[in-house]
This record gives sequence, structure tokens and C-alpha cells, in this order.
Amino acid sequence: MFGTGLLKGLGITLKHALDTFADDRKHVPSRYQDSVKGGNGRRVIEQPITQEGLLTIQYPEERRLLPERFRYIPMLIWDTQANEDKCTACGICAKVCPPQCIWIVRDMDANGKPVARPAEFYIDAAVCMSCSFCVEFCPFDAIKMNHDFELAVYDRYPQLVYDKAELTVPVEYYAALWPTQWAAEEEAKRQKEAEDKAKAEAKAKADAEKAAKAASAAAAKPAPAAVEAKASAPGEAVASNGGVVVASADGGATDEAAAKKARLDELKRKAAETAKKRKDGGA
Amino acid sequence: MTELVAEAPVVEQTADAAYPYNNVVPGAVIGRWAEGSDPALVVAPDKLIALLTHLRDQESYDFLSSVTCVDYSAYAGKARAGIKERFDTVYHLYSTQKGGGHINLHVRVPEGDSVPSATSVYPGANLQECEVYDLYGIKFEGHPNLRRVLLWEGFNGYPMRKDWKEAYFEEENKPFKNRHPAEGYFWHEDKLPWGSNSTYPEGWDPESWQTPISYVPVSQAPEGLGYDSEKSNVGAVGELDTQSIVVNLGPHHPSTHGVFRMLARIEGETVLALEPEMGYLHRNHEKIGERNTWLMNMPFTDRLDYINSMSNNLGYALAIEKLANIEVPERANYIRIIMAELTRVVNHMWSIGFILNDLGALQTPALYAIEEREMILDLFEAVSGSRLMCNYMRFGGVVRDLPAGWLEKAKYMVDTRLPNVLDELDRLITGNEIMMARGRGVGYLSAKDLIALSVSGPMIRAAGVPYDIRKAQPYCIYDRFDFDIPTLPESDIFARYYIRLLEARESVKILKQALRDIPGGEFLSTRDKYTFRPTEGEAYVRVEAPKGELGFYVVSDNKANPYRYHVRAPSFINLNALGPMSVGYKIADAVVVLGAIDIVLGEVDR
Ligand code: SF4
Ligand code: SF4
Repeated sequence: MFGTGLLKGLGITLKHALDTFADDRKHVPSRYQDSVKGGNGRRVIEQPITQEGLLTIQYPEERRLLPERFRYIPMLIWDTQANEDKCTACGICAKVCPPQCIWIVRDMDANGKPVARPAEFYIDAAVCMSCSFCVEFCPFDAIKMNHDFELAVYDRYPQLVYDKAELTVPVEYYAALWPTQWAAEEEAKRQKEAEDKAKAEAKAKADAEKAAKAASAAAAKPAPAAVEAKASAPGEAVASNGGVVVASADGGATDEAAAKKARLDELKRKAAETAKKRKDGGA
Repeated sequence: MTELVAEAPVVEQTADAAYPYNNVVPGAVIGRWAEGSDPALVVAPDKLIALLTHLRDQESYDFLSSVTCVDYSAYAGKARAGIKERFDTVYHLYSTQKGGGHINLHVRVPEGDSVPSATSVYPGANLQECEVYDLYGIKFEGHPNLRRVLLWEGFNGYPMRKDWKEAYFEEENKPFKNRHPAEGYFWHEDKLPWGSNSTYPEGWDPESWQTPISYVPVSQAPEGLGYDSEKSNVGAVGELDTQSIVVNLGPHHPSTHGVFRMLARIEGETVLALEPEMGYLHRNHEKIGERNTWLMNMPFTDRLDYINSMSNNLGYALAIEKLANIEVPERANYIRIIMAELTRVVNHMWSIGFILNDLGALQTPALYAIEEREMILDLFEAVSGSRLMCNYMRFGGVVRDLPAGWLEKAKYMVDTRLPNVLDELDRLITGNEIMMARGRGVGYLSAKDLIALSVSGPMIRAAGVPYDIRKAQPYCIYDRFDFDIPTLPESDIFARYYIRLLEARESVKILKQALRDIPGGEFLSTRDKYTFRPTEGEAYVRVEAPKGELGFYVVSDNKANPYRYHVRAPSFINLNALGPMSVGYKIADAVVVLGAIDIVLGEVDR
């Protein structure tokens, strides 16, 4: 009969409306009662695969619980035990990066000899396509994907060109963000160490003990300035999925930004000079 | 490959009876381009049309899948030794009747020469030849409407030629040298300040130029193009004495599914002809692809059809695996199929939702249709780290194994949620009187016309052609699953909606089997291949993407970067049929006709 199709459709619409309402009322006072409480009083919602009824959430007051593998912009890992960058400035990530948005300047020692440590490390976050190749191919587990996706700023340049200080996070932050992968990496490391140990058994045990002692002493060292700078940068303190929550301290943040801007302006000026030279040289 | 160098001079000679088809079309095939995995025949330009006609009529190669071009001027491989011509136009033909593999034809074209247009045999060559003309500057003799489709008329040069350099050009190939270890960050705009990065062709004045509308044909009724039109419903305008005008829909029209324009010649409200106008999202994906290394292209394929990054990944991975003979472990094959079918469900729900949107059922039903999509995207995110830009597959498998607990979630999705939702959509739409009134008998084009226009995917299955690459030329491990190819005979809007629902149900069937049978073990056979170099050769691989036949044509000269990287985009080529399908219907129907083709502009414009 003409019209039955329409009525059936209206029935479905009504069912959706009722389901949503019922789902909302089921959880008085809030359906997110048991949800994780994130930084800044925001709730982090986990939607189970069985969720029916209301499927939307109220961003930005609420956020979704991100899966561990979520990838956004990379971060550099600071090894708090050894008190140094994990990065060795090998340059592999800069080579594999599809849009070529990683720039690394290798550090030098006092004699001008290159050392395995980056002096500068930039990622142009406006260009980064979040592909995670840098992470896949880094042989030193020195670069990982951050979950922080709320990066809006007023100007692309220089705010979205992240330098080393902005990219660096302590290894504990990574461990909290990527618990499964971190555990797997540690396990692999332990296994490798055990193997190495078995191999080195023939060598003097005393040596091994000494090394262990040195390692535990290093663990007591304080975190470096770079990490603190990262922790206190405004907007960087948002906890992602039970990551380390760091209270935002405003003091010094403006100085930090001004210093960064000056540094980047200097680099920009230098780059312009080089470009001009190239042009005038009539290549 | 060594034989080829020896064989190359043969190409210079005239016909050789040793090559196939020379007994039927004398002098047509003058050589072989046989290195690598894809044997190809070199065809004499003046015999091309005769050979194509023979292949279509006598050998039932009725489907012209891809027309493209390669500029060999910088080719470093051995196979081109002794060949003077700069370009090859490349044709891939398939049979929708017999199924199976393709015939690959090359035509050598010296710079400045033209090639006979294949449109007289396969009208579907239309947009693809325009693309070759646009990007390579090769003229096609006898093409009815040769114009720049992706770029605008004021664009200087032909960007896919190897000697063309883009604004902010740095180096021929990635990785660029100054990223490590000694130079600091620089800002691209400093190298080439704004204002000096655009040039115009000689004698071309941007001030006085106006968009020509002269290329909108007076009529596009299928008879005029010379293909079967017995049943085509070309409406008469009626008794009123009217004059035809050209109306512009888009580029920011909400029904154009992105930035896309339709120029319609209408008389009263009846469409006489309709030309698609695209390229607003063009970023020269293929040129970027040729600057990239092989692996770097993987995340770029995500950005083609951004609804279905998983099937784009799959197509590209399969092409490279064929080129370089890489084995894929069992588990990876299952994972790939699970992802490809999940994304098909996502896509079909999306497209059903937006057909409704185009019919005027704004937002609500579309949202019902895409609710479940969100949950599937959550599954994608848990496994790959991203909802849309999955970048999940690699040459030889997938990048990571499934996380703990993922299979259970996916099973719940496939066993419980998806069947319910598909049934609900069925109840919501199929019997709906408005849907019937607007969808039944609208946008008709016969199966023969559609195939002649190189249309693929759900569009031809809704016209009764049981052609699906998963069955016709099974890839991955599709031959192990029990599923059907649903077809509907009507070839109208309603059938194009309903076929997608039926296909989604078949996908659920495949998913159930795949989730049940998935074995353990390795998920990636090769690791750390960022310096990967496939041996010299070319490969064309296509997959049944949700929108149609997605093909990747790659040429390697044994370097770290693809020598040629071409995407056969189903959305783009299906637009061949937009004009002929809309003719004779009302202008409001043209909107739904477009919606039922299911295009995505990331793929149309590339
Ligand atoms: S992040 Fe890793 S890959 Fe990149 S330079 Fe440092 S150590 Fe090398
Ligand atoms: S995520 Fe990809 S695009 Fe971003 S910095 Fe790493 S390699 Fe480059």
C-alpha cells in the first residue's frame, strides 16, 4: 500500500530517537560516570563496541579514549636513566620521511668532530603527514608518536616548526602513552641483554657488576632542562590517556617562546641569505 | 632483460609474423616490451585503431581499463636502449566476458607527434586521453573534446614530463640532501617568494582570459556518440519553444561531493549535455609519487580515496609485490582481506547515506548510515593508529599485527552489529516511496554503454554485468572464500543504491569466513626496506576497490624511486558516464546521478 514504506522509515527514526533517549537516561546523572578523568577536568570517554543509542560525545568537554597506536606528531625520547637524547643523529628518519619535514643538525664536540647526538632537530608539524615512518625505521627507539592532537596555533611559522626542546619528552611519558609497545621493547631489550650476558659469561663477572652499579647511579640523576621546558610549555601539559599529567606553570613560558622565535628568526635569516647567494651565484 | 637489448632493433623493422595478431591485422604489432612481469606489445600507431577494433569485436576485450603515458627521456634501465621515441602511450585491455588478465599495448610516440584516439572504439578513453594530453602534452587525433581536465588553460607546461619542475623544486628525487646532517631548517617561501612561482604559456594573458563553455557539447544523447541506446530514455522537451542554456553547478555546490563542477546544457529543465569539470583538488599525486621513494608512496595512496585508504594501500602493495616478486605471509593475506572488506562496508554505507542526501533527505538518514562507519573506523584506528589515513600495508604484508582483543571486537561487529544495521537500512530505504519515485528509471544507461565508457564497480553490477575482479581475476586469497557477485538488471539510481547494500552483505559474508579462518604466524615478510629497489620492469595491478576498479601502473628502472607511477582512479573514469547518464532527465536528477556514481574528489583529481 502506498505510504507503508514511509511509515516504516518513520518508525526507524522514532526508534533511533527513543534508543538515544533511553541510553541517556540509563546513566543518570551521567552516562560517563566511570570514564577516565583527563587533565583540565575533561572526561575521557571509552566507547565499547557494544555501544547502542547515543554514539556521539561532547567534544571538547569530553574526549575519546585514544587507542595506544594512535599517531599524530612524533616526539623525541629523552633517556632519563642515561640522562641523554636517545637520538644519535643518524638521519634515517629524515631520509624516510615522505614529505621530508625532518631536519637534523648533527652536534660537534669541542674539536669540531661530529658526535652521535643532534644539535638541532626540527619537525615541521604543518607538513608532517603522521605516517609514522620515522618511528618505524629509527634503529634506536628514539622517536615515537605522540598522542597530543590539540595543536592549534595562530601562525604556522614558527609555531608549528617544532624544535628539539619542544619535541623532547622523558621516556616515562612514552612508557605511559604506549604501555604495550613499551613493555614489548623492554622485553626485547632484556632478552638481548641476557643473550649478550651469556656470551660475555667468559669475561670477568666483576665487570658486569660494575656496569650495573653505574646504571643505577645514573638513574638517580635529575631530569634535564629540556624535559622541564617541555613539561612547562603551555598547552603541552594535557594528559593523553593516562599519560603523565603535568601541572602547567606559566612562568618562563613567554621567555621561552621569545627565545625560540629569536632562534628561528635567526635561522630563517641565514636560510634567506644562503638562498640569495645561490640565486646570485647564477646556478 | 639482456635479450631485450638484442631485440630492440627489431622494433625499428616493419611487421614481423612472429608477433601475435599480425595475421589478423597485418603490420599492427611491431615489437615486444617484455621485460619484467608484464609482457607488452608495441603497436604501430597507424594500426592501433584496427587492432583495438579487432580485440574488442573478435577477442571480446571489451573493457579499456587504462590509458596512460610514460616519458622515457630520463629512463636509466637497459630495456629502452636504442629506442629514439620519447613517449609511450600505454593501454590495458580486459574482457568482462572472459575475465582473466590483460593485454598491454604500447604505442611509441616521438615528441610533438600525435596518436590516434581510441575513443572511436572505446568511448571510455575520453577522460583518460584528456588527462594524458593535460599532463604530457600528447595530442589524440580524432578525440571529440580534447581539453585540459585537471589543470587549467593557463598552466604553463606539461607537469608529468620528466623535465618539468614544480614551484619550490628542490631535487629530482627524495631523500633531499640538506635535511641531514649539517643544514638548519629553512622556510620554502624564502627560496621562491610568492609571486614568482607562477608562469603562463607564451602569449597567454591571465587578465583577459575567460572560462570557455564552448566545450559543452550541444547534445550528448547516446545516439550521437554511436553506442547502443535503444532503451536510453532520452526525453523530449515538449511543445514549448525553448532555447538551451548552459548552467553551472559548483564548484562549491553541496551536492557535488567536494569541489567539483558540472556544466549542464539544459532546455527547460531537461539536460541535453553535461560536462564534468574537475581538478580543483589536483596536487599532481603522480609527480609527487615519482619524486618519492617506493615506500614513501604508501601514505600518499591514503589520500587518494580517503574513505578507503585500506584498499588503496592494498592496490599499491600488490602492484609492488608483483613488480618485485615479494611473498606475503598467510596471516597478512587474511588481515588484508578483513581490512579491505571492512572498508567496502564503510564506503557503501557512506555512499548510500549520501545518495539519500542528494535526494533531499538531508542529514538524518545519512547519519544513520554512517554511524556504524564510526565504529569501524575505531577498529582501523586501534590497528593502524589512524581512522582515515591508515598507512597500514607494506610490501610483503602489513606493518603491525592485530592488537590484543581486536579480533573479538571485529567479530562482534561483523556477527551482530553489521547485519542489524544493514537490515535496518534496508527497511528504512528500500520500500520508501520517495526513493522509488526518484530512483526508479532515472539515470539509465545500458550495460553495453557503461562498459564501452570504461565504467566499473557497483555501477556495472547494477546494470546486470556480473563482473567483479575478486572473481574474474582473483587476487590475494579471494578465491578461498564463498561469496556471490550480486547483480541487478535495472541500471538506474535505485539499483545503484540497492546493489551497494547487497554488496555490503556479501562483504559481511567474506568477513565472517576470514575472521573464522585467520591463522597465526608472521604478518610481514620483509623488513627495513626503505632502500628498496625493484628490478627493472613494469606492472599493472588492479583491485576491486569499493568504488570500482582501482589500478596501479608502475615502471621501475631499478632505482630507489618509481620511474612511472600511475593511478587508474575509478571515481575519475566512472565520470565518463556522468553526461550520457544525465541526458534526457531533469537537472535535479543529474545531482542524484552524480551521487550514485559515488565519487571522491581526492581520487578524481589526484
Ligand atoms: S630519531 Fe632515530 S632515526 Fe632519527 S636521527 Fe635520531 S636515532 Fe636516527
Ligand atoms: S610521521 Fe611521517 S611525515 Fe611525520 S615526521 Fe615522521 S616520517 Fe615525517
